[in-house]
Amino acid sequence: MGGVQKKKFERGSATNYITRNRARKKLMLSLPDFRRLCILKGIYPHEPKHKKKVNKGSTAPRTFYLLKDIRFLLHEPIVGKFREYKIFVRKLKKAYGKTEWSAVERLRENKPTYKLDHIIKERYPSFIDALRDIDDALCMCFLFSTFARTGKCHVQTIQLCRRLTVEWMNYVITARALRKVFISIKGIYYQAEVMGQLITWLVPYQFSHDHPTDVDYRVMATFTEFYTTLLGFVNFRLYHSLNLVYPPKLDGKTESELKDEDEEDYAMSSESYSEKLSALSSSLARVVSPGEEEEAELDQFPADSEDMEKMEAREKEQKQLEAQKKVFEGLKFFLNREVPRESLAFVIRCFGGEVSWDKSVCIGSKYDVTDETITHHIVDRPTVDKQFINRYYIQPQWVYDCINAKILLPVEDYFLGVTLPPHLSPFVEEKDGDYIPPEKLKIMALQRGEKTAQDQEEEDDDEEEGEEDDEEDDDEGDEEEEENEEINLKKMEEQRSKGKSLQVKVTAGKVKTENSARLAQEEKAEEKRLAIMMMKRKEKYLYDKIMFGKKRKVREANKLAAKRKAHDDAEKVKKKKTRK
Amino acid sequence: MEGSRGNVQKTDQKAGMRKGREKTANKREKDDKEEEQDQLINFNNKPAEKDEDDEDLSDSEDSVYSGLEDSGSDSEEGDDKDVEEGSNDDEDKKSPDQQALVKMNKKKEGGVIEGKEEKKEDEYEHDTSDEEDIRNTVGNIPMEWYKDFPHIGYNLDGKKIFKPIRNKDELDDFLDKMENPDYWRTVHDKQTGSDIVLSDEQVELVNRLQRGQFGDLRFNEYEPSVDFFSNDVMIHPVTNRPADKRSFIPSLIEKEKVSKLVHAIKMGWIKPRRVEDDSKTRYYDLWANEDSSILARHKMHLPAPKIRLPGHEESYNPPPEYLFTDEERALWEQQDPSDRKLPFVPKKFSSLRQVPAFPRFIHERFERCLDLYLCPRQRKMRVNVNPEDLIPKLPKPKDLQPFPTTQSLVYKGHSGLVRSISVSPSGQWLASGSDDGSVRFWEVCTSRCVKTVQVGGAVKSVAWNPNPSVCLLAVALESVVLILTHSLADKQVISSTERLLTAPLEEGPSEGSVTVVWSDVEGEELGQGIRLKIQHPKAVQQVTWHAKGDYLASVMPDHSSHLQVFIHQVSRRRSQNPFRKNKGLVQCVSFHPVRPYFFVATQRSVRIYNLVKQEMTKKLQANSKWISSMAVHPGGDHVICGSYDCRLAWFDLDLSTKPYKMLRHHKKAVRSVAYHRAYPLFASASDDGSVIVCHGTVYNDLLQNPLIVPVKVLRGHVITHDLGVLDVKFHPTQPWIFSSGADATIRLFT
Repeated sequence: MGGVQKKKFERGSATNYITRNRARKKLMLSLPDFRRLCILKGIYPHEPKHKKKVNKGSTAPRTFYLLKDIRFLLHEPIVGKFREYKIFVRKLKKAYGKTEWSAVERLRENKPTYKLDHIIKERYPSFIDALRDIDDALCMCFLFSTFARTGKCHVQTIQLCRRLTVEWMNYVITARALRKVFISIKGIYYQAEVMGQLITWLVPYQFSHDHPTDVDYRVMATFTEFYTTLLGFVNFRLYHSLNLVYPPKLDGKTESELKDEDEEDYAMSSESYSEKLSALSSSLARVVSPGEEEEAELDQFPADSEDMEKMEAREKEQKQLEAQKKVFEGLKFFLNREVPRESLAFVIRCFGGEVSWDKSVCIGSKYDVTDETITHHIVDRPTVDKQFINRYYIQPQWVYDCINAKILLPVEDYFLGVTLPPHLSPFVEEKDGDYIPPEKLKIMALQRGEKTAQDQEEEDDDEEEGEEDDEEDDDEGDEEEEENEEINLKKMEEQRSKGKSLQVKVTAGKVKTENSARLAQEEKAEEKRLAIMMMKRKEKYLYDKIMFGKKRKVREANKLAAKRKAHDDAEKVKKKKTRK
Repeated sequence: MEGSRGNVQKTDQKAGMRKGREKTANKREKDDKEEEQDQLINFNNKPAEKDEDDEDLSDSEDSVYSGLEDSGSDSEEGDDKDVEEGSNDDEDKKSPDQQALVKMNKKKEGGVIEGKEEKKEDEYEHDTSDEEDIRNTVGNIPMEWYKDFPHIGYNLDGKKIFKPIRNKDELDDFLDKMENPDYWRTVHDKQTGSDIVLSDEQVELVNRLQRGQFGDLRFNEYEPSVDFFSNDVMIHPVTNRPADKRSFIPSLIEKEKVSKLVHAIKMGWIKPRRVEDDSKTRYYDLWANEDSSILARHKMHLPAPKIRLPGHEESYNPPPEYLFTDEERALWEQQDPSDRKLPFVPKKFSSLRQVPAFPRFIHERFERCLDLYLCPRQRKMRVNVNPEDLIPKLPKPKDLQPFPTTQSLVYKGHSGLVRSISVSPSGQWLASGSDDGSVRFWEVCTSRCVKTVQVGGAVKSVAWNPNPSVCLLAVALESVVLILTHSLADKQVISSTERLLTAPLEEGPSEGSVTVVWSDVEGEELGQGIRLKIQHPKAVQQVTWHAKGDYLASVMPDHSSHLQVFIHQVSRRRSQNPFRKNKGLVQCVSFHPVRPYFFVATQRSVRIYNLVKQEMTKKLQANSKWISSMAVHPGGDHVICGSYDCRLAWFDLDLSTKPYKMLRHHKKAVRSVAYHRAYPLFASASDDGSVIVCHGTVYNDLLQNPLIVPVKVLRGHVITHDLGVLDVKFHPTQPWIFSSGADATIRLFT
């Protein structure tokens, strides 16, 4: 036929991808600059569908970028800035070498800078996109804001991070957007719902960091640079959505007024305002003074019965949410000095409570320990010397547990010196078949408004525990049912087949009651087994995989249940011993 | 600094002069009052060192001003010299008396001071070169040397200076002390040996010095300092030095520098100082005008997955079941970090205050960063399949009855594994051949062994003649095929059998009879029922009958020969080898139930030969490694093949040469397969000890595919030596199935 011979790898997927090294050469950037650019622009490698085709027949491990992405980087103005910066560094070095200090100074003054606004607009064309991606930004900023103001990174960055995170927290407080809190061993997880997006972030505990040596802080700093810009714009927009003044101002007081009333020795006057803001104790100023709390009521639409059900469910949910937002309304908290002040103040204010602390702990305390109207005093020590009568002394976990349970839990379990009930993760949503810790069941019962067997428990412990055990057993039974069936069937069959090959022995026969249900079940199980035999190979493989996963899950759940049971038994024995 | 201090100290005009004088080693005499004051001031400078005398003081003075000398300008030098000369002149004019007096005074002072302190003789006290007292020229020697002489030294003119007549002893001294009101102000001059009474002024001076004050009464120590080198332009220059030339001429170097800067500015290398802008941290509404146009890039954008949310085990106070036990912990520590299920060990703290910082926090954050920009992303479609949906919907086995469901009888008697069984066409008898060298006949309904024939070799295969009018059983053992009769059947049948076997043979031309030898059996063996022996050249593996019961095929698997299959005709006692060529190792053969076809299963395929046309009509690809057994559907259009790689292939001959269905029901090699003659059932037996009965309806309509449904898994045989069920046969009329196993039993499932 003739015609030009087609060459391999000149069409199709091979031309859509480019390796990292080639991309770097195309952009004429050094590896660190390329890395920085990728981080800022959000360019990441893609895994091609047919790696061998893209890799020109080789199977060597390479990272591939989309060629389009790289082309798109070619026109980025920031690349020019990177080059300028490179030149600046070179000049600066030269000036240093020649000890021309005036030149050094002049160069430093003209250090090239760049802005990331356009990149943010480009990466997140709509505000919701930005919100969706804000998780990592928050985590990073919260981490950086806890760094010591020395070494590792620029002080300005740390201060900026602190400022932005405080702004964020203030927003969450004002919007009452917080939904869940979880104290983990890593730090405290918060989950807020902002404009319909669930945003989760992790805040480390307030300790100085042991900076690891195998971490590249330049990478983190580049990320932080981007994230601070993003978070700043998001904060601005969020503040304006609530008619708040940005940068945030405290409500009702001018700066100078505040200064006057400040405790003079707490902070420098330049910092005291931001400190006051970060104390999270007072509300923010609004552009327009808020009128009546307009309740966004769901409009009633004429709908079908099915829709009606949905509507009702939604309404119920809405109500529940409203209730959750006001969990701490009307309560007055006082934080003792050993509890994590910032976290608790943030959380309590998010749910409408009033909070204060000792004047010497932090700026911005509102009332004193001696205030008669305090309802809850949060303490994290075994005993308190001087106790006031008309308030509860509780441990901080109570606050977090109440938020996650969406109701005020009974305070008795959280008194001083009491062994706390386990703190459960609010992020776990158990499907049927999963293991549910008994504490969660208890909380769920409380939520439903049922009276738990707490009083009974106090009266006779053992009975209650027995009941619980039974419950557990039932659970296990459900989970194991299938397995059990199979095993039983096998056993029965074995017995049946072996019956004659066993030693001949005449024993008194037992009257076998025909369990019709059992038989039907057996039949069904066998039917299923036979049907499984007839599956196609691919489907069988998939089915086996799914079933393997399911079985593993069941196994794990059973294991947890067994562990729990063993633990409870041990506890019971201990208790009995102590009683005697 | 030094200069200014000096200025402060000396208010009078002669400051400069005095300075100069002192600097030139204070050798000169000071006779006038001013001079004395000067000295006293010097004293005053060092009030702490009271035991030092003037020489030392002057030394220290010198050192005080040495700094000034270094920093002093050149112009001062000249002035100093002038002054020096002047002072020298003054000295010459001084009258010796006055000098002496002053000196005396001074010495007295020293004595008083010394007397007050303990007498500590300083070795340097006398040997300074700066000797001032020149009235006595003895020099600076210990005065004790003159204690035996009437004189005390020599004056400038060389005359002896005589000691004053003094014969004061201790008593006189005491009396003097008691009586003389001026005693306290009297000092003894060692040099002249005379007593000097200090004047009031002198006493006052001493007192002032002792208090650490300036000697001069008029001196104001707190005078305001005059800042000579201030920013104020004064009328008079501080120094009188003429200006340098370079201060009038523009500097070349500077010019060069300026021109460079100008050039740099012109070229745009130097930019004006940038206005400090905080625009980097100034935020505005970035999304004020949201445009919905999405960049092409965003179509391919894969957002990074969010961080996994924590479970109960990450809590600071988890439920006890989430904590690790010791074994779990040990396992966790042994595992590679990438294999671990949890990246951390769950811990329990009794209160929030005890929770420490998480050591790997920064690491985890950093790893997330790396994931975000380094990890290749790929879109993965996750199908959420309900596993129940995957299971095919089959008719219920209940609706497909009858089929064997339970084991009802076990036939025991063999001592070796039972390789082959066969059911009589009437369904009343069962024959089995075993490795123990016997063929047994069983009554099906009672499981009673009615007859045992010892054939003297492991029986590979038994096959009952399908013709109900004769009762013949073909038995394959070693290289012999035996034809047995038995006396269990009706008389009529026996007689017809007899007739068949004893029919006169017409000696035809025997083509292949060279290899196969037919022989009658006599003697004891005849008594057992063995009637014919067909001697084969090689070991026979299988025998099978044609449906009519006249023809018998035997298989001798052999790689290298074309003599693998023989077809025998019993009535004419004739054998022939249908194949001229070796097409592979023959596993088993079978006759078509109605048509003149012959099925030969080799290792991987089944060939179908037309016996009339003497040609191959079809070759079925079994898609398995090694066929073990084969069965032909009584309709003749379907074939099933069992294979050693656990599969069972169903062929629809009208459809294709490829299997219509592959069934992988067994876990181990399939040993035997069988079709039921009347019911739509087929069964397969396997080494895993199970017999699986399947329902297989075959439709006459060519368009409808056969329906294959497994209906029952029958277990019963015990696996011995890795062998399970070896043969399986259906009852010809009932939905019953017989299976023989390696455990030397035969079982009946009904």
